[in-house]
Amino acid sequence: MTLRDLHTRLTALFPLGELTEQRPNLGFVTVPADYLRPTLLHLRDREGFTHLVLLTAVDWLEDGQFQLTYLLSNRAIPCDIGLRVMLPREGASMESIHELWPTAATYQRELREMFGIAFPGSPRVEEEFILEGWIDLPPYRRDFDTKKFSEENFNHRPGRETTDPAAHMKKQLYPGGL
Amino acid sequence: MSYTPDRSQYPAARADGSLDIDLASGKYLKLWQGPNHPGITGNMSVELTVCGDEVVEGKTHVGYLHRGFEKLMERRSFIQCFPIVCRICVPEPDFNEYCYAAAVEELAGIESPERANWIRALILEMGRINSYMMYLGGQAGSLGLGVIGQWTTYVRDLMLDRFEELTGARIYHMFILPGGVRDGLPEGFEQRMEETLREIESTMKDVYEVMFCNAVFKKRTVGMGVINPAWLDQYGVTGPNARAAGVAKDVRKDQPYLIYPELDFEPVVGQDSDIYTRADVRRRDVLVSIDLVRQMLAKMPKTGPLSAKIPNVLHWKIPRGETYIRGECSRGEYGYYLVTDGSGFPRRVNVRGPSYTHAMALLERMIVNVNISDVAALMVSLHTYPPEIER
Repeated sequence: MTLRDLHTRLTALFPLGELTEQRPNLGFVTVPADYLRPTLLHLRDREGFTHLVLLTAVDWLEDGQFQLTYLLSNRAIPCDIGLRVMLPREGASMESIHELWPTAATYQRELREMFGIAFPGSPRVEEEFILEGWIDLPPYRRDFDTKKFSEENFNHRPGRETTDPAAHMKKQLYPGGL
Repeated sequence: MSYTPDRSQYPAARADGSLDIDLASGKYLKLWQGPNHPGITGNMSVELTVCGDEVVEGKTHVGYLHRGFEKLMERRSFIQCFPIVCRICVPEPDFNEYCYAAAVEELAGIESPERANWIRALILEMGRINSYMMYLGGQAGSLGLGVIGQWTTYVRDLMLDRFEELTGARIYHMFILPGGVRDGLPEGFEQRMEETLREIESTMKDVYEVMFCNAVFKKRTVGMGVINPAWLDQYGVTGPNARAAGVAKDVRKDQPYLIYPELDFEPVVGQDSDIYTRADVRRRDVLVSIDLVRQMLAKMPKTGPLSAKIPNVLHWKIPRGETYIRGECSRGEYGYYLVTDGSGFPRRVNVRGPSYTHAMALLERMIVNVNISDVAALMVSLHTYPPEIER
């Protein structure tokens, strides 16, 4: 089975985009958000793509879109296919797939925290994953300014005044002078 | 006399599947294992809710080591990312270097030379042995066999000496860069590596007799912490955790990369899927890796280019594209998802560490009904490295 054959079979069932063949055994295809679930189910149950390798997001800020990538793998062939789902950045929300792969709940929890993408119904999706007490923009968004954030939230620690190690250590050890 | 837990005290499940735990009832106790605890695998913690001495719920907490690597890399040129990636996983950093380099090479249309591929594979196998040495010490230590960790740390140190003479560094090697590798093997390396391998083999015999034939170790690990083979796909289980369940998942065989098709080996598989079997699969995998290192040193080309020509790294732009590169690290499938947009910086780098699924969803499922004293052994048996969860 080639990726092209698989794509032909899938496009007969779902309105998918063009196939991007990155390697003979790795391809990417865009799926409308409403058709993601049936496409995933078909790939998992009929085509043998049972392993959810990863679920992550890409922020296309200039296009006003998030790209969700669901990477599935079929070990028997072996072959990988990445399903791209484009979402509007404003109020981004996506259907949860934790019933299909329980481990997807972890990915979705991270995506909600890091990109601000909502996954209604996903277990513990509102719980903090890595960041504690975060109140700013989700930090993995492209418009999150790390420098501005650190300047606003952390005290500036002055660096060395001199590049000469001996002079620096002298000042450290004898701040009042010898 | 066997112990029978009093199930009447266990919490009922709500409609959404979560447990109705009334802490005010006095039946339950919150117990934190980690982040500072001898029985935790690095910088993470498990929030246990216990009833008596049995766990009724466990939640993994990470974030103690979050340094935002993926975000950092979006503001750095492709070559500036290269010394960052190895920091994502301390005990086995080389897979980050390989996956990142291979992803950049694929999207930039560069092919690394054959000799560089051999050296890359050699480094990956050396790193695998080191990672297993840390694991064996941790697994034995979680059950009170402290001396195993001292032995394995000693031989790991010998392998770090070989790393040092090959790469100049002991922990973060920064050796596999986009295009190839930084250098060839030093004079007399094969001889010194053979001595190190013999020392490791000798230690592995001792480890087998003292750890794997130990009645206490067997009693506490056989039949304990079983991963149901049906969970492998549900929870994305890979590597020795999957192989111990009878499924020969090994990227080196399933989707061979580098020079693995030219090497003669079979993935190590177990059947019982318990803590003992997982430890045994890893012990036997060390022996396979030793054999692979010997094969590589014998077959490796001694001359030839070490790096392909790459563009000026200060002005290196890579056309728009996306790819995923995977390798079989000591814990399972390690992968890099790289997206480029035609600029001089990666648009997105996503690291798929095996611990991400093993230590979160899988551990939280397996930890229920486990005795508190077995939590550390169970957690270590999944062989997780927290930095690759939070990146």
